[in-house]
Amino acid sequence: MIKRYLSAMALALGLFVVTVPAFAQEGGEGLPSAGTNVNDRASLQRGAKLFFNYCVGCHSLKYVRYSRVASDLGLSEDEVMSNLNFTGAKFGEPVISHMPADSAKTWFGKEPPDLSLEARAKGVDFIFNYLNSFYLDPSRPVGWNNTVFPNASMPNPLWELQGLQVAVHSEATPGHDSVVEKLELSQPGRMTPEEFKGATRDLATFLEYTAEPAVLERQSVGVWVVLFLALLTFLLYLVKHEYWKDVHENH
Amino acid sequence: MANLFDWVNERAPNLAPTFRKHMTEYYAPKNFNLWYYFGSLAILVLVNQIVTGIFLTMNYKTSALEAFNSVEYIMRDVEWGWLIRYMHSTGASLFFVVVFLHMFRGIMYGSFKRPRELVWILGMLIFLVLMAEAFMGYVLPWGNMSFWGAKVIISLFGTIPYIGPGLVEWIMGDFLPADATLNRFFALHVIALPLVLLLLVVLHLAALHEVGSNNPDGVDVKHGPKGNRWDASKPLDAIPFHPYYTVKDLVGVGFFLLIAAFIIFFAPTFGGWFLEHDNFTPANNLVTPTHIKPSWYFTPFYAILRMIPSFFGTAIWGVIGMFGSILMLALLPWLDRGEVRSVRFRGMGYRIALAVLVISFLSLGAVGAGVTAELIPEWFPGADATTLENAFGRIMTLAYFGFFIFIWVYTHFGLEKTKPVPERVTMHD
Repeated sequence: MIKRYLSAMALALGLFVVTVPAFAQEGGEGLPSAGTNVNDRASLQRGAKLFFNYCVGCHSLKYVRYSRVASDLGLSEDEVMSNLNFTGAKFGEPVISHMPADSAKTWFGKEPPDLSLEARAKGVDFIFNYLNSFYLDPSRPVGWNNTVFPNASMPNPLWELQGLQVAVHSEATPGHDSVVEKLELSQPGRMTPEEFKGATRDLATFLEYTAEPAVLERQSVGVWVVLFLALLTFLLYLVKHEYWKDVHENH
Repeated sequence: MANLFDWVNERAPNLAPTFRKHMTEYYAPKNFNLWYYFGSLAILVLVNQIVTGIFLTMNYKTSALEAFNSVEYIMRDVEWGWLIRYMHSTGASLFFVVVFLHMFRGIMYGSFKRPRELVWILGMLIFLVLMAEAFMGYVLPWGNMSFWGAKVIISLFGTIPYIGPGLVEWIMGDFLPADATLNRFFALHVIALPLVLLLLVVLHLAALHEVGSNNPDGVDVKHGPKGNRWDASKPLDAIPFHPYYTVKDLVGVGFFLLIAAFIIFFAPTFGGWFLEHDNFTPANNLVTPTHIKPSWYFTPFYAILRMIPSFFGTAIWGVIGMFGSILMLALLPWLDRGEVRSVRFRGMGYRIALAVLVISFLSLGAVGAGVTAELIPEWFPGADATTLENAFGRIMTLAYFGFFIFIWVYTHFGLEKTKPVPERVTMHD
């Protein structure tokens, strides 16, 4: 009885644990994986640096406070205030871009969205692939287009790092418009393609963190909770087994 | 301690007998199996929802302008707020997991049959109220899927002839889901429906304890041999609920919490099934999500709604079908005339029909969740995906309703060949 019981439970739990990782990743269907690791503090710090140098000019993180970034990323108040905070906000205030909303609408056709929750709404894979898929397109108002998010309003903010990509189109055949087959680097940037992939991965990691700052705490607490519950369940089973002895004997 | 007990007993002489009636002298069959954990687990989840819900309301702001921000405030700035919210959101989904399994147990072992019809009806009412409760709770974070989900579901009432359009406006308190809608849904979600739910749960248990629990063999222990170790007049094959089933259910609780903890701490969105991606974007009446779909636990019913076509110039048939699918379950005690309760001793036709019910329910869930819309073009490239999906969904809708029709014909006309039911319960150990 015990064996049957325990093996059934072990099997159920085993199946469950195997399926959880499949559900743990957030979104981004059909896109190559970003391969982020939100527990990699160095990657988070590099991503934060990129965000505050290249993104915060237009995009806010209205749910994220500078002080929280400092404590979660292991940075001092000084480091954050002098290296990351270019908006002039106080340490305890959230990250709000200075771009005037009206001008943004005139320049880009729409207001740059807040990115606090972008990784949860669209997925880290989307962010990573989007940042790698800009190409020059003179037909667009700002001169840029994107294969992951066609006709995006945003010009490539990281072109200095990536260089300039151009699209290679397929031949147009009757009934089929010409489509973008692949992107090619026409002019190299300050980073090699590999370095740039790493940088955009860091940026995606940072946005994964901003979408859910609790992610760092929840996983480290979770291990202990699960271990505790496993022990508790085992003890409860022993109690049950003891109480039920006479039921099985008198059967 | 003894003095205190006497003091209370003198002033509330019915307290101890009540405890005995429902716990130490409630005799339950001794052969409960895994399927019998889900009743007590449903109570556990209900308590979890109430307790975590109380803490959520302390920081949630009931306003279309502030609701979304306040949820993020809970997730980021409230101490352990993220844990409380994930316990509530995971609890909502697990509530339905537990309740679906609990209902299936009832169907499988014939627990809805005489004399337990009232227990079953009260259970079905709990299920209905739970669905309303979950739907309104889903609207409160005021994400974009909250908004559009609310819009689609409330619009269903617009299909009712004559009063429909006015009714929709009356429910929303506006022409779109808006601040007024959010406020009334909050009121219903945090006080009105929980009160109804608690009352129904008490009645469900009271009704159960009047007639006694069924068991996997469907054997009536009350009519079997009498006299157990505790009471000569009570059934031989029954044991006191407390302590036997309290300690046993605690094992189930531990195991259930282990699974819940895995989700809460390592996959709280469950890949977009428990917390949808589109709901991390604030409500916006100008931007429609690519696929508007309800939470996973509504998908089988939503699929029935979608699969039944409009005719005679009205879309009400789908709505009738959707509510009818739940009504069918409530009518089971009168549709299934079979004398034998448990699937263990029922005819092959019943076993096959039960399998069809499960397959159709899961398939409809896949249709409603958009899984088939994704898979069909992959599996059958070049085919007309919509036609294929509709055909599949309609066959499964027919299969679902077919179960109930089949069961009635099968049992009413005596077509079922049952196996002999044993005199006493069996234990497999």
